[in-house]
Order: sequence, then structure tokens, then C-alpha cells
Amino acid sequence: MRILTGNDLATGDVTWWTGTGWSRHIEEAVDVGDKGEEIAQAENAARRVNVPYVIDAEQDANGVRPAHIKDRIRALGPTVRLDLSLKPADPAIGNWVI
Amino acid sequence: MLEFYSLRENGETNEQPAVTLEAFAGQSNATAVRIEPGEDARELLPHLGQIALVEVNFPAFGDGRGYSAAAILREAGYKGELRAVGDVLVDQIAYMVRVGFDSFAPDQPLDPAVVEASLARYADVYQKTIDARLPIWAKRHEVASA
Amino acid sequence: MTMYAYDKYDQQMVDARVAEFRDQTKRRLAGQLTEDQFKPLRLMNGLYLQLHAYMLRVAIPYGTLSGKQMRMLGHIARKYDRDYGHFTTRQNIQYNWIKLEDAPDILADLASVEMHAIQTSGNCIRNISSDQYAGVAADEVIDPRPWAEILRQWSSFHPEFSYLPRKFKIAVIASQEDRAAMRLHDIGIELVERDGVIGGKVFVGGGMGRTPMIAPEIRDFIAAEELISYMEACLRVYNRHGRRDNKYKARIKILVHEMGADEYRRQVEEEFAHMKTLGIDPPIAELERIAAHFAPPAYETGLSDEIDRSDPDFALWVDSQVTAHKQPGYAIVNISLKPVEGIPGDASSAQIELMADLAEHYSLDELRVTHAQNIVLPYVKKADLYTLWQKLDEAGLGSANLDLIGDIIACPGLDYCSLANARSIPVAQKIARRFSDAGRQRELGELKLKISGCINACGHHHAGHIGILGVDRKGVENYQLLFGGSGAEDVSLAKIVGPGFDEDGVVDAIEKATDVYLANRSEGERFVDTYRRIGMDPFKEAIYA
Repeated sequence: MRILTGNDLATGDVTWWTGTGWSRHIEEAVDVGDKGEEIAQAENAARRVNVPYVIDAEQDANGVRPAHIKDRIRALGPTVRLDLSLKPADPAIGNWVI
Repeated sequence: MLEFYSLRENGETNEQPAVTLEAFAGQSNATAVRIEPGEDARELLPHLGQIALVEVNFPAFGDGRGYSAAAILREAGYKGELRAVGDVLVDQIAYMVRVGFDSFAPDQPLDPAVVEASLARYADVYQKTIDARLPIWAKRHEVASA
Repeated sequence: MTMYAYDKYDQQMVDARVAEFRDQTKRRLAGQLTEDQFKPLRLMNGLYLQLHAYMLRVAIPYGTLSGKQMRMLGHIARKYDRDYGHFTTRQNIQYNWIKLEDAPDILADLASVEMHAIQTSGNCIRNISSDQYAGVAADEVIDPRPWAEILRQWSSFHPEFSYLPRKFKIAVIASQEDRAAMRLHDIGIELVERDGVIGGKVFVGGGMGRTPMIAPEIRDFIAAEELISYMEACLRVYNRHGRRDNKYKARIKILVHEMGADEYRRQVEEEFAHMKTLGIDPPIAELERIAAHFAPPAYETGLSDEIDRSDPDFALWVDSQVTAHKQPGYAIVNISLKPVEGIPGDASSAQIELMADLAEHYSLDELRVTHAQNIVLPYVKKADLYTLWQKLDEAGLGSANLDLIGDIIACPGLDYCSLANARSIPVAQKIARRFSDAGRQRELGELKLKISGCINACGHHHAGHIGILGVDRKGVENYQLLFGGSGAEDVSLAKIVGPGFDEDGVVDAIEKATDVYLANRSEGERFVDTYRRIGMDPFKEAIYA
């Protein structure tokens, strides 16, 4: 699948396109098919996102998983400070990145 | 919004079309010339007396070669119109003025309120440039402008 | 403290800069500036858009700051970030979780203590770095920081050189021992004395990154009165001729290399002759005014040089972290930000605030940041060392590993940085863990290990006795190992050992290399000395056996 990601302009938060808006949680990311660029441009122009781009991902048992490790780190947080990640309570979450 | 901005007295500006540096070399009567980044402003130094307008092109605002071209011309005593053209953004105007530009023909119009605020932003400057502002070190030690 | 204090002009400049950036941010948020237009403006205020959020890099000029300034850095970590900061290889500090909408307020807070984030990024002249022992080292000819401050002011808000082909980094030192990697800077200046006059020996064209180079000497001696004219000449030649077609060939090192040092020197001298006619050099009175801020403090005299070593842990810490001071009775203290389970260069807001307090009580209110991502307290009385150590140790700041294998320089890597290809911090932690035994570290001796998560080399891996470069190999993190680099006066560029490794593989390879070193070393040889003597082959054989 292809998903759309970017950063919130004002806060810098990593965000994912849900189909209707932007969420900090990758589980809510939807497949944009080949519409990604079009959506990105519109959302960027409206300043609802900053520097959006399309990435490859797959839907597995755990949810949406970006193809590249960089985006998995963006989705979760730094692997060396899991206390600051989006899932600090999950002790095994670091494995999801790798 | 301003399509053109001039700091020259009475906003005066020169309308004649600028020839390329290469063409200028071959023409004895041209009074307006345009420099591209990567071209050498020094080639104009023997002819400054006959030039009324130098345009310095900024195809991309991040290409800062035009700032040195302007400084070189002013340091050599050029008194004519020195115009920044192209991808000239309002947040670059203040530095451009400091290196000698006195008119601006940007691809995108400038907000005059922002231009005004930018030019008034810094009461003082650290460096001595051709803009004749007394640098901070001169004020600290009461060195008169040379 | 002995450091520069702003006068009303300096303060006005940073205050105006805050107002300017506040306006630019407002216009960005309102859509009057696109991201492409805003990016160079925010970069010139140290604000990156990074992997998790905006990242702000605050300038710590030539690595010197007061207790009050350090306390403000802790305040920023608490109020605007997530309770920690990261000290960098250019003596600055970075915060990783910044909001754009907060940035103007952060800059205002910084300005209230004479700090800023001006030109800590962007294609402009960056922080002027220097020797972390400036002013207190026995081997310096003079304190280099007044020259660094003159350069800081000259380079700030420079109208001609704010859109250079690429970033520009300057370092100033004043000793033969190079504690600031001066030869690996775009411009490096070594202050020397000739016939009673202090001047600068100027090196141009050093750097790391994709094509590391050692800066050649371009000028033998430049007098203080002509420093600015000469710097203008160096920069103008670069601004005009530096490559703009390829981001990876845009640094001045490429220009000097492609043009040749002789031709670059010739063009600079020609430009310099012209610059000298313009009256742009400040009078010597300005350097003297600045230097007065750096006059040695009123040291106490008659102090004891004895250190009670009866506590063995304290003795180990003294042996590693305490460096000789030029003034009797005093010592230079190095605070390690490299505890075994920590993140190299990171400090919590509580630790930052503690170091501020300790500086005020024990170090004449002054601290330094080193390019090895550690902190220095430059004015500690020997009589205070024990109490100081106890407080540091209690706070997790008592590691005794200066310049040992545990004192790793590591960039933030793929955990934080959008430019990275691989994570660097986990590798650093694995190495630190493998070599955590204090006795083993001391046995290995001086071993400067540096890790970069990408070719941009912010971890200075080319200058490591052991260097590690993280790469992306078909989507998987991979690590290249290098040996034999040095950023000190014995400057050299590290060489790749062979095919790369995964994270655990590179740690094993390093252990094998240290075994080879121990088996082959002569008396007094460091790892890098043995490598230079016996060459790569014995190491390669052991590693790839």
C-alpha cells in the first residue's frame, strides 16, 4: 500500500493521512493508491500539513508498517528513548522498528 | 504589493533594456547590462562611467553570487542603478541593500509593509560595507566613517 | 567568569533578530511564505525540520558559557522540549522536540541571557569553535577566544556571505596541540607569536563529509589588524567560485582542492590587497576591548596542589578527567556525558541545571562544551575536586573515560536525524557496554572512537582512531569500519578496513582490533600509533578471519 506522511506545520509532529485528516498515529493511515501526490499538494497548500510525501507500507497483523526503517522510526519515536515514543508502555515496541 | 521597488532618489529608475555581459563587451554604446551568476562583475570596472544600470540576476534566491557582484561594483565606485532581478524575496532585501542594490525587480511582488519593516529592523550593523552605515565597532571606538 | 559580555549593541542585535524571526514565523504560519522560502530563514536561526519534530540548535560561541546561560539551557529543555538536550561536535546544544510556534519565544528567552541560535545552520558562516581549554591551558600562546569573538561578530548577519554555496565552519586555536580539530575546518586559524606579535596562521579547505580533506596552509601569518580584510577575501573568492551545481561538491575544500592551494592563495591575496583599501578592519582597540573580558580571573594564591587520593574511585576519576591548569592550586575538570547506558552528548535538564550550579560554586561561573560532546569546568580549585566529584557521580556525571574507548563521539543518527542512513546511538551503546570494564578501558588507553550515521560525518568518523560510518545497504543498516584518523595535531584521515558489518558484527570487529593492538603494541603506543606502525593487514586478518 502507499500512505501519505508529513509533519504538522506548527508543532512539527509526524502525521499520517487518514483519508479525512491527519493523525499522529500510523494505525490510522490509509492507502492513498495513486492519489497521494494530489492529496499532498492540496493539504500542503492549505497548510494542514508541511512537506508531505508518499511512502510504501504494508498492512500486517499489527497494523500499518512503513517499508523503510526511517519511517518506522518516525512513526514510533527514537529507538534509544522508548520512554519518549508513542508507545512508552510497550516494552517490545522497539522490535517493531527493526 | 510591489512589482518593482526602488530606493533611488525620487524612485527614479532606468528603463533601457539591459544587454548581456558578452554583448556589452562588443557594444560601445550600451548603458545597461545584466550580469548572471558566475559572470565576473570585474569585467565592467573599466566601463563604470558609461553605465546607468546594472541588473544582477538571481535565478534562485539561494545562489548568493550576486551579492558579491554588487559589492564589487560599488567598491569600485559605481554610482548608477544596481538592480536585483529574479528570485528576490522580501527577506533578502535588507542584505541586498547593504551590499549596494538600490532597486529590485522580483519575480513575485513584494509586500511593501514587510519591506519597510525589514529595512528598519536592525538599528546597527556589525560590518562596514559600502552602504556607509557606521559599523558597531566604529561607534564603540568613535571611529569616524572613512 | 572570563568571557564576553554583550554591550547594548550586541543585545540590540539579538533582540532585533528575535523580532525578525517572530515576524517570519507568523508569515509562514499564515501562508505568506512557502516552506521553500521559509527554510533558509529558519535554518539561519538554527531550526531544522527533523525526524520527529523541529530541532533547534542553539549557539554556544566557541563553547564557552556561564552558569546562568547553562541554567537557561536547562529551562528550555524543561519548558519547551522533553527534559534533555544534546551537546554537539561543534560545541553547540540541540533540542529535538521543538514546535515552530514556540521557536520565537525560545529565542527571546535565549536573548535574555545573551544567547541565540543565529546562523547555526544554513549556507552561511556557522559557530566559531575553539579549544575547550582556552584561557587555562599551559601550552597556549594566548587565549584564542577574543579572536573567535571578533570573527563571531564579523560573521553574524553578514550581508554578502549569507547565501554561500554551502555551510562554512571556522575554528581558532592558540597551541600546537590541536584540541579543536582545527585542520578539518573550512578555515582554521592557529594563533602564533612572531617577534612578540600575535598573529594567525591560516589554513583553508579542510572538512569531513563525503570527501574529507585536511586544510592546507594558505597564509603563514595574518596580523590582528588585517584579520577581517583577509577573511573577507577568503570568503569572497569562495562565494564567487565555489560550486553550486552539486551539493556534495560545494564546500570550500573542493574549491581549494580543484583550484589548487597556490591558485586559491593567489586569488585571495589579490582580493585581500583590494579589501585592505576599504577600511573594513576594526581598530586594534576593538580586539583589546574584547580581550579585556577574557583577562585571567583573580585567582587565589597559596593554594595547595595536593589531592587526597585515598578514595580509589575518586583517584581513577582524577587520573582520567582532571587536566593540568596553568595556575597553581587549580585544575581543569572534564565532565563525561558518556555514561555506559547513556546517549553520547545528552544531558537531562536536571543534569544541566546541576552543572550550572557546580560551575557557579566551583568554577568561577564558567563552563565549556567540547567538540567531543563533553563539558569542562575550567577553574576548579584542587581542594574542591573531591566534593565536586561526589556531586557529579551522584548525578550520573562521574564516568572516568576521557579519550578512552568509552568516550565515544556519536551523531544523533537515524534515531533523530532525517539525513541519516543508519542509527549510531545503539552501536555506541553496544560498544560502551562491551568495553564497560574500567580496567580494560584504561588498559586500552587513549582510543578515540567516532560514529557517524551518514556520509555527512557529523560524528567526525574520518577523524577517529576508530571510525564507524553507518550506511543503508538495500534498506538494512550496515556499518563500515575505519582506522587511523585523527583530528588532533597529528591530523590524518581514517581508512576503511573492509566490507561492512551489521550492528553486532561491528562491535565484534572492534574487539578483535583491540586484541590485535594489545598483542602488538610497543611501550607507550596508543591504538592509533600501533596501527600507523604495523599497518592495516594484521587488523584485517584478525577481523575477517
